[in-house]
This record gives sequence, structure tokens and C-alpha cells, in this order.
Amino acid sequence: MTLEWILFFALAAIAVLSALGMLRSRNAVHAAMYLVANFAVVALFYLLLNAPFIAMVQVTVYAGAIMVLFVFVIMLLGAERLSDESQALPLQGYLAWTAGGIVALTLVLVVYQSITTGQAPLPTTAVPADFGSPAAIGQLMYGQATPENPLSYVLPFEVTSLLLLVGMIGAVVLTRDALTRGREKR
Amino acid sequence: MLPGIPTYAYVGLSAVLFAMGVIGVLTRRNAITIFMSIELMLNSANLVFVAYARQYASMNGQVFVFFVMVVAAAEVAIGLALIVAIFRSKRSIDVDALRQLQG
Repeated sequence: MTLEWILFFALAAIAVLSALGMLRSRNAVHAAMYLVANFAVVALFYLLLNAPFIAMVQVTVYAGAIMVLFVFVIMLLGAERLSDESQALPLQGYLAWTAGGIVALTLVLVVYQSITTGQAPLPTTAVPADFGSPAAIGQLMYGQATPENPLSYVLPFEVTSLLLLVGMIGAVVLTRDALTRGREKR
Repeated sequence: MLPGIPTYAYVGLSAVLFAMGVIGVLTRRNAITIFMSIELMLNSANLVFVAYARQYASMNGQVFVFFVMVVAAAEVAIGLALIVAIFRSKRSIDVDALRQLQG
């Protein structure tokens, strides 16, 4: 076993164990911390895959902003120790674990089969030194469409800003509505 | 880049993480934990995008990861606002507590 495989398996083990910890922990704050660890390890994988810009966005947006929002809402609701044991159907927990196990088994089998039949992997090729850098991604997203690169992402980028605007307004309206309804009751 | 690691290793890791996200959505009843499991699934999809962007030496996959992250951010903002609104009316974020439509 080479050094590279040892590094890969160590990082993969941290990723899988932190995901498992998120699934198993009863305290929502602990689950959020496990998820931050998982996102950080995935950011390391992005760095190893020549995607430094995506790795930085992963750390700032996912592990930073999104998880802060999660922890903020957990603290706001005092929801870190809400019971998680209700059962709407008989044997609901066992049914859910069986269905999830079937999905997991199917996914692993499909990946394993495509590896052994040799459909998935191509030999990895060399990439230029600035592959995945912020400048190169910016050139790709905002640059003119060229014959060798026929896609231009200017319009999708603008639509993205509209999506974020709608999301922001939606969040404000949803929480404001709940506030005013609470005041009417009093 | 780790030269000795083929792309299918990343695809296998991503499949495992995605399956754990599915199990989380199915087994947990706490709405916030379900949301975190959805984030885990989106993240595993991103990992495959980046792995194949490296495989084919094309940055279009990385641009798609960027868009997936934007959608995830918008989804979290709306979803957590919904959870706050539900908590204020029900005093609970257990998804089994939402059964007004049950006849």
C-alpha cells in the first residue's frame, strides 16, 4: 500500500465516521459539529483534486455560513435536545433502516460493478498549473463562449442572483408572518 | 493531486456518504437533522462533480459545484425559516407532529 492510499483512506475514514456521528448523535449541536468536520475533510479532498477555489468556497460557504445558520436556528429554538423517538407507524424505525440499507447496498453494488467491469475509470491526465484557480474559473464563467469551450455561464450566473434574492425575501416573509401571528394571539 | 488514486475511489466514497444521507433522512424525525442529512447528500454529489472535473481535465464540473452550492444556500435559508415558523405554531420540530392533512 502506497503513501497516497494511506492518506486517502485516513481522510475517507474521518469523513465517513463524522457522517456516522451526525446520524447517531441525539444532540443537534453535536450533529452540526460532526457535519462541519465532514465538510472540512471534503474540502481537503477538493484540494487534492486540483480545485482550490471550490475548496475555499466549501470552507467559507458550507462549513462557515450554512453551518452557522444551522447552529443559530438550533440555539434560537432551544431544539438541541428535542425528543427524536416518535413513531407514527408500528415498526417505523426498523422499516426506515431496512429501506435505507437497501439504498446503500444498491449504490455500493452499482459502483463496485462499474469498477470491476471497467466502465467508470479513465486514466487520469495531467492538468495545467492554474486548473481550478479563481482566475481560471472566473474566465470560464464570465468569458466569451469559444469553439473549444462552447458554454458560457453568464446567464445562469444572473439567474442564480435572482434565486438568492427570492430565497432572502422568502425567509424574511416566512419568519415575519410567524411573528405577527404570535402577536395577534396575545 | 494524489497521482496514485483513481477516480473510482472518490466515486465510492461519495456513494457511501450519499447512502448515509439517505439513511439519515429516513430514520431521523428531527427536522433540523433531516436538513443536515440533505446537505450531506448534496455534498457527496459535489465530490463526484469535482472528481470527474479532474478526470476529464475540464473545469465545467467545478462551475456546476458552484451552482449547486448556491442552490443549497437558498434551500437552507428557506428551509430553516420554515422550521422556525413550524416551531412557533407547534412548539416542536418533529416531522411526525405535522399531520393536519391526515383524515
